[in-house]
Amino acid sequence: MTTKVLEVELPTIDELMEGIAKGTKTAVEAARLCFNRIDEEDATIHAYLSLNREGALVRAAEIDALASAGETLPPLAGVPMGIKDVLVVDGMPATAGSKILQGYQPPYTATAVQRLIDAGAVLLGKLNCDEFAMGSSNENSAYGPVRNPHDTDRVPGGSSGGSGAAVAAGMAVATLGSDTGGSIRQPASFCGVVGVLPTYGRVSRYGLIAFASSLDRVGPFAATVCDAAKVLGVIAGHDPMDATSSMEPVPNYLADIDKGVAGMRLGVPPEYFGEGLDPEVRAAVEATIAQLKEAGTEIVPVSLPHTRYAVPTYYVIATAEASANLARFDGVRYGYRAPNTPTLAGMYHCSREGGFGAEVKRRILLGTYVLSAGYYDAYYKKAQQVRRLLTEDFLKAFDEVDAILTPTAPTPAFRLGEKTDDPMAMYLADIYTVTANLAGICGASVPCGESKSGLPIGIQILGRHFGESTVFRVGQAVEELSA
Amino acid sequence: MAETERVAAEDVRRVAELAKVELTAPEVVHMQRDLNAILGYVAQLNELDTSAVEPMAQVSDVLRRGTQSATAALREDHATSCLDRQRVMAAAPETDGIFFKVPKVIER
Repeated sequence: MTTKVLEVELPTIDELMEGIAKGTKTAVEAARLCFNRIDEEDATIHAYLSLNREGALVRAAEIDALASAGETLPPLAGVPMGIKDVLVVDGMPATAGSKILQGYQPPYTATAVQRLIDAGAVLLGKLNCDEFAMGSSNENSAYGPVRNPHDTDRVPGGSSGGSGAAVAAGMAVATLGSDTGGSIRQPASFCGVVGVLPTYGRVSRYGLIAFASSLDRVGPFAATVCDAAKVLGVIAGHDPMDATSSMEPVPNYLADIDKGVAGMRLGVPPEYFGEGLDPEVRAAVEATIAQLKEAGTEIVPVSLPHTRYAVPTYYVIATAEASANLARFDGVRYGYRAPNTPTLAGMYHCSREGGFGAEVKRRILLGTYVLSAGYYDAYYKKAQQVRRLLTEDFLKAFDEVDAILTPTAPTPAFRLGEKTDDPMAMYLADIYTVTANLAGICGASVPCGESKSGLPIGIQILGRHFGESTVFRVGQAVEELSA
Repeated sequence: MAETERVAAEDVRRVAELAKVELTAPEVVHMQRDLNAILGYVAQLNELDTSAVEPMAQVSDVLRRGTQSATAALREDHATSCLDRQRVMAAAPETDGIFFKVPKVIER
């Protein structure tokens, strides 16, 4: 089965690897196919910020040589992949979508990316994203927005807009993104692809340019649930370079993926189906839930009573952590340094003013404010307390059900420029996704339908901590039901 | 705190100073409007009684299983190699090869 995304025939990971092993396909051809797509479409879509043509073709040729020699191929041999530009790769630029890192060449490679390289993946280039992963539409990139391949007047979602669009447009078989408040799941929903939020600590954050250290996750995008599960299996696992990475063993995510959902208990929280949910999104998600019920699951209403406090909690905690993490961009060691500043303080102020975009400045200031003397208890400490209440909502729910089903985003992809004047309107796009980041749990967005105008709609499947296998199993069922 | 205007222009300037970001005059105005809108929205957290709730800064206390000790994240205290100095200095805006060079530290 070739994936049916926008008429582009890219193979799945299995199909590609089987072909390479047999000699009916080559890694070099697969890479060239993606680069051709990029040459044809990316002037419009703008998913990529930099390309690794030579490096990719060299690596692809190495894989083909291994295959011809009859050697055992590593688990992602020859798979063409793109990497979100917040992950550093030695030999490729890293901008984090910001001018403050224009021209920066990192001296090391992120662990998650190194694992892909060691697994034989062919890295095509770095993907466009909202600046420092702050945004829900990829309109905050200092290098220009990404356009949704399904309708180029619309956003692909954010902050991993390039990662979602690249898979949707056949410019990569799989990509890596990052998710702090929904930045993998929401673009996956808007672009009609699969996006996975691993449990906090499941994938190393070493080499991820940090936004909010207690919320950030690295995760895969792919055209199918199986492909996403394969990529997660390669990048997951403890890393001594990340003190928050978990020792929890990594299971084989494919072992139970085809077992079906009969007998499972799936929770549906009414709080995620209230006001503000687009009727077409509601219809698509409810239809999918009905199909899952027919497939033998028990659909159980579960309340997550503190849901309405999630967005304000998130915007206090994420911005507070961001204000600390972005303090390092000061013109001293790397990145943009403002010229003609006679004092150190002046250099800091002007470099940061000149290098950071408006949304980043807004969040740094908000974060600094909520941490400052006199306001810390009222905002930051309060948000941390509400965070515990939100987490307890999930822990209680997962005592009753195996997974929770919700819409991923309140609407399908909106138009470029539609929400850029009102930061609050943009922040509310994250309403269904931020809860999982605050609670540390895992989840995925899987395509489940389309609007009448052909815009993709995703269903979000949330799992307990380290419950990715269950999420994939439900996701696989949804994918088969939507085929 | 007054409902209508939590954040005054001087608050924005004070916070910008703390964050070491130089804002232009129009930026101060926009930022004041935006911060007020966002903080107004955030104020709804006060509807919740959290007097008996322990703050949660990280997920790790929830994630930690019985088998994983608190010191699992710590390694042996011995020196290991770090990044290659030449590679790091190659990315520096101004350097003599050993140190990062910056303007004089003089009070503004």
